[in-house]
Amino acid sequence: MTRTPLRPLARILNARQKGENPDSIERENLRLRHEVMRDKSRGSAQLRLVVLALSFFGAFTLIGARMGTIAASEPVEPRTASAGTEIDAGRADIVDRNGRILATNMLTHALYVQTRDLIDPARVAKELAAIFPDLDEKTLLRRFTDGRSFLWVRKVLSPEQMQQVHEIGDPGLLFGPREMRLYPNGTLAAHVLGGSSFGAEGVNSAEVIGTAGLEKFEDARLRDPAQAGTPLVTSLDITVQAAVEDVLASGITMMNAKGGAAILMDVNTGEIVALAAGPTFDPNDRPANPTSGDPSDSPLFNRAVQGVYELGSTFKIFAASQAIELGLVTPETLVDANAPMYYGKFKINEFEGHNYGPMLSVSDIIAKSSNVGTAHIAMMIGGERQQAFLKSLGLFDASPVELVEAKGAKPLRPARWPEIVTITAAYGHGISGSPLNLAAAYASIANGGIKVTPTLLKRTEPMQGPRILSKAVALQAVGMMRRVVTEGTASLGDVPGYAVAGKTGTAEKTRKGGGYIKDKVVNTFASVFPANDPKYVLVVTLDEPSENTGSKPRRTAGWTAVPVAAEIIRRAAPLLGLRPQVEAASLDGLVAVKN
Amino acid sequence: MTEMVYGSMPSRVSEPVIPRWWRTIDKWSLTAVLVLFAIGLLLGLAASVPLAERNGLDPYYYVTRQAFFGGMALAAIFGVSMLSPAMVRRLGVLGFALSFFALMMLPIFGTDFGKGAIRWFSFGFASVQPSEFLKPGFMVVIAWLTASSQDLNGPPGKFISFALTVTVVLFLAFQPDFGQAMLVLFGWGVIYFVSGAPMILIVTVMGLTGVGGFAAYHSSEHFARRIDGFLNSDVDPRSQMGYATSAIQEGGFFGVGVGEGQVKWTLPDAHTDFIIAVAAEEYGLVLVLVIIALYATVVVRSLIRLTRERDPFTRLAGTGLACIFGVQAMINMGVAVRLLPAKGMTLPFVSYGGSSVIAAGITVGMLLAMTRARPQGEMADLFRRGR
Repeated sequence: MTRTPLRPLARILNARQKGENPDSIERENLRLRHEVMRDKSRGSAQLRLVVLALSFFGAFTLIGARMGTIAASEPVEPRTASAGTEIDAGRADIVDRNGRILATNMLTHALYVQTRDLIDPARVAKELAAIFPDLDEKTLLRRFTDGRSFLWVRKVLSPEQMQQVHEIGDPGLLFGPREMRLYPNGTLAAHVLGGSSFGAEGVNSAEVIGTAGLEKFEDARLRDPAQAGTPLVTSLDITVQAAVEDVLASGITMMNAKGGAAILMDVNTGEIVALAAGPTFDPNDRPANPTSGDPSDSPLFNRAVQGVYELGSTFKIFAASQAIELGLVTPETLVDANAPMYYGKFKINEFEGHNYGPMLSVSDIIAKSSNVGTAHIAMMIGGERQQAFLKSLGLFDASPVELVEAKGAKPLRPARWPEIVTITAAYGHGISGSPLNLAAAYASIANGGIKVTPTLLKRTEPMQGPRILSKAVALQAVGMMRRVVTEGTASLGDVPGYAVAGKTGTAEKTRKGGGYIKDKVVNTFASVFPANDPKYVLVVTLDEPSENTGSKPRRTAGWTAVPVAAEIIRRAAPLLGLRPQVEAASLDGLVAVKN
Repeated sequence: MTEMVYGSMPSRVSEPVIPRWWRTIDKWSLTAVLVLFAIGLLLGLAASVPLAERNGLDPYYYVTRQAFFGGMALAAIFGVSMLSPAMVRRLGVLGFALSFFALMMLPIFGTDFGKGAIRWFSFGFASVQPSEFLKPGFMVVIAWLTASSQDLNGPPGKFISFALTVTVVLFLAFQPDFGQAMLVLFGWGVIYFVSGAPMILIVTVMGLTGVGGFAAYHSSEHFARRIDGFLNSDVDPRSQMGYATSAIQEGGFFGVGVGEGQVKWTLPDAHTDFIIAVAAEEYGLVLVLVIIALYATVVVRSLIRLTRERDPFTRLAGTGLACIFGVQAMINMGVAVRLLPAKGMTLPFVSYGGSSVIAAGITVGMLLAMTRARPQGEMADLFRRGR
């Protein structure tokens, strides 16, 4: 478009000659230009107005159509019950290996208030506060009258409380049926079961969801409506579990420990027959998760699974059995055990500065728990093969057991593996694992060398895992462990009739920033019984124990964990159906009464 | 002869006011508005009786009052629609100044009637809600500013109008009255759109809104759940929305019969925000569709008539007034059918409320003044086309 100048010179000059005002030419041009502009904007405005009109028409049509569809649909009676999807409340029971109940459901009621139906809110608030001492009358009354129409008062009621609320007799007080999770055995197997709480809540039902332990790990299975009628069968045995918990609790008290854990596992199937941790809690009244401080100080902390400790000398048997398997030594081979041993700038000592050397047989190294001897064996094996063997025992990975807590408790090991780590790892230092990791590894040796995957669910068949040791070597390893009890560090662990074998372990706790704390130890006794035909592995771990009957506190596993383990075996073995093996010699003087 | 020599007797050059008004007014829109008003009275007979009973008043107390205010509203419609656009502009600007001042005074002298938002001046016998009166005047001011910016060497009207809008919106949000704030913002947006907002800006804003909504829907589970819940969840039958929905369902196509409705007894806002539910229950879908059609007639006809308008101010003011009128009705009914989230907004002319009905009268009066038929220089266009 050619733009007309506002003051074309020719016309201006012309006008000046005629004596006209040239400004009028400019004004005229301005007016024309303005008109063009207006026409243009009017054109676009026309289009946009039509767009607007169409969108309004569309919107009104939409509202009309929507009105039509609603009007055409069937009216729904305003129901007093909750609308929407029904909450599925069925949750399968959990039972022990013999079908005895560990967790079940109980029908109870929740209390809620429809404030609009309340006749006398003040009286209701007063009487409710009298029934439930933890409710405050003023708070209740304020909530009844602040305009809300609906209010939950209690999630579960006892039958007595329900009757008392009935007797208030106000139509605004209503009960909603609830399936409540009940653990009839109280604290028994608390750390295995974990706990549960209400998820989505409606007036008619509320879903129960697992919050910890087995309840959470198997939540989907337990809530599956198709399997609601089939209880979840665990590998636990209630009677054994009770015995183990009982002994462990008194052991923790007697040994002045902060806590402890005990795991009893079937070596052939990997089933955990009992798993206890102390201190414990009641899953019916599960304490709140700790928000501050060390989580291991809470009773919710499952030391058996979550406690990742340096397990000390219990690892020595792994080095010894691997060396035998590789043909490097036999149990009778003499190995340099001259203490102290120097490796670079590191000095490797025996317990309390002993020297068992200069030479010890492999079997004696285990029995006396010689660090130096084990170090020399480990150097024979070498780091690569050692790592592969420890990994095959499951000591590098979080335990696959059916507890949610297990996933978070991954064993700790150094990122790099120089020879000094090979040496320290051989006697269980610089590498940490949970007692459950250790129990599975011992079970793998005790059952004749088949790798064991631990489980809390009942298994009917023995493990079909890969072989990690030949049967003969596994037997020799158990034999060496038997010597630990008969003539070594675990002499307090002998239980007449149940040839106990095992290995002690004492490790100082590590400081957060690095280094060890002198007076705080973790004592572990990993045992296998009966030694001649191993059936069970028992791992007992005590956290910061101290045996104070002597002149000075004793903090070695032989004095703390071993007696506790022995007592557990004494009580649990008969419950497990093991017959005590009475020596034939005692029959010598007797004559069978037979005719 | 005398006349031929001395010219005619002084006589009126223009037509008399009322015949010219009748000839040029948009009779369809006027009729639609009058019918809406009549429907409002009819529904008031049904919906406000429970309220009067609750407040211990004469059953037809609110109907009488509504008829009285309605009379004032009708007077406003006729009076204002007879004015010329220039006169509407003058009075509109004055009215805006006055009501904006009143709005600013609300925090000091206003009352909230125990509803949590300070929106009213109470005079004992009646109360006034300044934000209702603000809207028509505001639209006129915005249209004036925007139109003046289209003059050569005109003031920066678009910028000033935007600043003014933000101020008013802030004052309304402060009450808080987000519904009216959104309405005012929408009115400004429509005027800006018709006055020639750059297409790039519109596309960008729409695109950003779309992308933002999409991103929010996919990144925030909470947001997605809110949207899904709003779009397709079953409504809780004991909420206001639930009662409104079931009232529409009860009514069906032809209603349960005059005076037989139940929803008015349960819904506290049956006479204002949910009057459409009362209409649907007692008179059925038929009446609801009639009401919707009447609003659509007013809005769509006015907008179409405005496409012929040459004067930018008239065009823009008419657009703004028609749109806020239509959108207010749309939001009210959209809430009742759950197309929109709950927002307290009255249905113009139909809902009970003195300020609301008089302000609606002024709005429609101004709108009718803008859409009157005027010579638009079509002949000049024809001649120009030949050039």
